[in-house]
Amino acid sequence: MIEIGLGHYLTLGAIVFFLGVIGIFLNRKNVIVILMSIELILLAVNINLVSFSIYSNDILGQIFTMLILTVAAAEAAIGLAIIVIFYRNKGSIRVEDIHGMRG
Amino acid sequence: MLAHAIFFYFFSIIAIFSALMVITSRNTIHSVFFLILDFISVGCLFIMVGAEFLGMILLIVYVGAVAVLFLFVVMMLNVSAQKQSWFIGQKSTHIPSGLIVSVLIFLELLVVVGGWKHKENIISTGSIQISKTLSNTHQIGQVMYTDYILYFQVSGMILFLSMIGAILLTYRKREGVKTQSYINQISREKSSSIEIKEVEFEKGVKLDD
Repeated sequence: MIEIGLGHYLTLGAIVFFLGVIGIFLNRKNVIVILMSIELILLAVNINLVSFSIYSNDILGQIFTMLILTVAAAEAAIGLAIIVIFYRNKGSIRVEDIHGMRG
Repeated sequence: MLAHAIFFYFFSIIAIFSALMVITSRNTIHSVFFLILDFISVGCLFIMVGAEFLGMILLIVYVGAVAVLFLFVVMMLNVSAQKQSWFIGQKSTHIPSGLIVSVLIFLELLVVVGGWKHKENIISTGSIQISKTLSNTHQIGQVMYTDYILYFQVSGMILFLSMIGAILLTYRKREGVKTQSYINQISREKSSSIEIKEVEFEKGVKLDD
């Protein structure tokens, strides 16, 4: 308990990942919360990469974390733009109202 | 070592709690605030574990840009009228399968962690070691601008494309707005805009329209 090792950080990453996946599946509100869950999942991946990078004494994990941050920012911008034009066209972004593809 | 443990548990409990609140709070704005709290606490964890540059980048980029972008969109779309929690209201049909899938993912990740704990020692690829003398930012710069310059530039292109995409998606032509039309301005010529009239003496000209 006192000795904080790699396993603690990986467990934290696993829990945050799990909460993100649950947030995608159990969402009954709007699509923005789904985007936030995706951000949580990417954050969990970043926690894993950084802790592996520190504990295996290799800087490459932090480089890839930077690249993941870039892609996550781009994804958030595009996703929010899609949500804005969806709201402009349909007037609602509730999850139940989005069934244009009959899925 | 004790201080490290205390800070780790403090920040990680805050991170897990706020991640839980992101997906369960009724109001979307509260979700965004808890997302900000989550990013801040994970950034503190990064700084604590020795990746200072990434912790700062997480604070600046996520809290300063992405979360504020979420806030803008939430406030712009008037979704506060749609307050609804996932455990109140009509039951969804995909909640059990979603729970099964996410619990399985969690168990798999824990199995990976357990298997990692029972290894003898951590395998390091040893390609680029973390040095004790240089600062974290200096080392990241030394690797990213030399060996990984291609990835760096490709990520810049990705950001550029996402900027173009976001502008292109949300752009719309409005009616009744007086804007400058550069094409019409530049392509205007003398023959189409000026008419020379012969003015008779003491009669003046009568302009049409």
